Amino acid sequence: MGLTKSSVGISALDSGLEIKKQSENDVVVAIAGNPNVGKSTLFNNLTGMNQHTGNWPGKTVSNAQGYCRTEDHGCVMVDIPGTYSLMAHSAEEEVARNFICFGNPDAVVVVCDATCLERNLNLVLQTVEISEKTLVCVNLMDEAKRKNIRIDLAALSKSLGVPVVGTVARKKRSLDLFKRELDKLLSGKTETAPVSIKYDDAVERAIDLLSPVIEARTDGALPSRWLALRLLDCDSSLMRELNSRLGFDLMSDPEIGVALSEANEALKQSGMDAVSLRDSIVSSIVRTAESIAKSAVKKHSGYNDFDRKTDCLLTSRKTGYPLMLLMLAVVFWITMTGANYPSQLLSDMFFALQQKLTLLFTSLDAPEWLYGALVLGVYRVLTWVISVMLPPMAIFFPLFTLLEDVGYLPRVAYNLDKPFKRCKACGKQALTMCMGFGCNAAGVVGCRIIDSPRERLIAILTNNFVPCNGRFPAMITLISMFFVMSGGVLGSLTSALLLTGVILLGIIVTLGVSRLLSETLLRGVPSSFTLELPPYRRPQVGKVIVRSIFDRTLFVLGRAAAVAAPAGLVIWLMANVTVGDMTLLSHCSSFLDPFARLLGMDGVILMAFILGFPANEIVIPIIIMAYMSQGSIAQIDITQMKQLFIDNGWTWATAVSVMLFSLFHWPCSTTVLTVKRETGSIKWTAVSMLLPTLVGMLLCFLFTCAMRLLS
Amino acid sequence: MNGSYSLKDIKPGQKAKVSRLLSDGGIRRRLLDIGLIENTEVECLGTSPSGDPSAFLIRGAVIAIRSEDCKKILLHRN
Repeated sequence: MGLTKSSVGISALDSGLEIKKQSENDVVVAIAGNPNVGKSTLFNNLTGMNQHTGNWPGKTVSNAQGYCRTEDHGCVMVDIPGTYSLMAHSAEEEVARNFICFGNPDAVVVVCDATCLERNLNLVLQTVEISEKTLVCVNLMDEAKRKNIRIDLAALSKSLGVPVVGTVARKKRSLDLFKRELDKLLSGKTETAPVSIKYDDAVERAIDLLSPVIEARTDGALPSRWLALRLLDCDSSLMRELNSRLGFDLMSDPEIGVALSEANEALKQSGMDAVSLRDSIVSSIVRTAESIAKSAVKKHSGYNDFDRKTDCLLTSRKTGYPLMLLMLAVVFWITMTGANYPSQLLSDMFFALQQKLTLLFTSLDAPEWLYGALVLGVYRVLTWVISVMLPPMAIFFPLFTLLEDVGYLPRVAYNLDKPFKRCKACGKQALTMCMGFGCNAAGVVGCRIIDSPRERLIAILTNNFVPCNGRFPAMITLISMFFVMSGGVLGSLTSALLLTGVILLGIIVTLGVSRLLSETLLRGVPSSFTLELPPYRRPQVGKVIVRSIFDRTLFVLGRAAAVAAPAGLVIWLMANVTVGDMTLLSHCSSFLDPFARLLGMDGVILMAFILGFPANEIVIPIIIMAYMSQGSIAQIDITQMKQLFIDNGWTWATAVSVMLFSLFHWPCSTTVLTVKRETGSIKWTAVSMLLPTLVGMLLCFLFTCAMRLLS
Repeated sequence: MNGSYSLKDIKPGQKAKVSRLLSDGGIRRRLLDIGLIENTEVECLGTSPSGDPSAFLIRGAVIAIRSEDCKKILLHRN
């Protein structure tokens, strides 16, 4: 369900996982599953938390935990990243496997997509090889029903040898049965006898040679059959983990060494090398899944005619790109049109309140400086942030979340893969850019879905070229002030198109810079990639709207209080503390002025960008505040604001420069911290700040020069 | 016959069965994980607006694969 306050901003900075039990008797339950099967929705509905959910694979990138009470147990639920396999090819698979193997979960829930069960069984089979205490949760039963897919849960449970329960994780009530089954499994009332995968004869013989020796050495800490397979498969990352977590160094144990070389010799004699061994292991699992699915599922594919037709429309040569742009423009249009009215309403309300506050301060005989600092400083900046910035955010967010919920975003990545490949980057970068619309910090974290380290770094460094939710309300304001003369539908349509143009510029620069990085700092060739296009799902409209408005409102209010209020105070102080013959504000802005003029702006604007480092939302309010400290108009609406800007020497060219610089400048502090954590390198963090800043300065400088030449 | 018959050669709407994977490294494992083993049926669904990648129906899921990788997924002729 879109970005929530726990997935954006400072809380996007998570740290390592430490299980927090509420009492000694609590049990730990891991929630595993393929990407995009509704693990996070299940997790949220069980724990009452708001982990970010959305219809695209790879959205949960690290473990999250929450608490859930069932009839008999207090459970710490751990949402582990979605994986197709536990053979640890990628970082998230390693996280998932490590938690199942070494996190000591009392039970593992494997969530499956009912509309695509066969593929999901691959992970189920791998999980039951490790853990007997497994509960299979066949989710999205409603989608399956809609697509005429029938699943015989009892037969499935019988063939797998572990309990199976069908759920509709979006509906809380459907989880009662799930909790009952979980209770039965946890208290040992359910007998489990997991299906044993039959491998090729040569592999089975090698397992037989190895597993008794392993059994004897490890005391059954992990199933010996499974360990034998991993040892044959030379899974060195698992061996390292085993060594560090359980203190078994299987590789250096002499007896195991002897058995292993015997087993390897036997494999070689049957004509198996490392590659064909792995193929044979995976194929056996896939075939087992195939035969189980055949007996339990009627009609397999969840990809139906509707999906087929929709994909034809949304990804075809003729309509793919135009529809993408149209959708973006429509989202902006609704945002701009819808935001006007609440904006005005909030502004009126806050102004009325300000007059009340003024009366209160006068009646209390409060000193002039206190009134100035609190009302003209803190209160005014705070209320501007809320009335100008909040409404567009509160509308854009749910709209975008709906697109995410339906499953459109992976199609964007699919459509844009080729341009990204040309720039030697990864198509999934388009997904992380979409996340960046919400919040660049979240976008940077989202870059974990990109497997190649080089391509991931490119995506991280360029994420800031997409204007986040905190920046584009400022662009909306400037566009409606300086570029749209007519009101009404025509005016708002023009605004929406202009904003779409700005975003396109951001995308073009992203591609250009990605290319540049691939040729210079991050030289390399595009790696292979596979991208899953999930079935379209009905969006949870009501829930999305309520949640994102509620979450967003709280989040923006919180951030406004934390950042805008002190910033308002600082500005007021700067405007009122006089050093020499000028105020501090004049000192600073006149110091920055000559440089800012080169970029087509003025000292005040540049200072506002610098002070806006903690949160971009406050840039425009700071500019207004600084201008007003010289003149005085009481209430701000869009015409008065424009007059104020024009009085301070703005032209439409200034507005263009400010928009360019807003699109391309250093990322906000939260994003910088996130980049530091994600890359673990000061150097790349510095690059992530310098790169957009230099691009912005260059573009503003060129634009200003061009304007001077023309006039 | 010129060269081998691969996933790159089937057109939208066509189906075929996998004969061999030539890919190696990470992509090979990823393809095996999504169930692309010998004799798996694959249907081409369409191509991205810019001509690459293409989307395939593999064991009930839709997976987009780039043309370079498609070339390394060989199919049975029938």
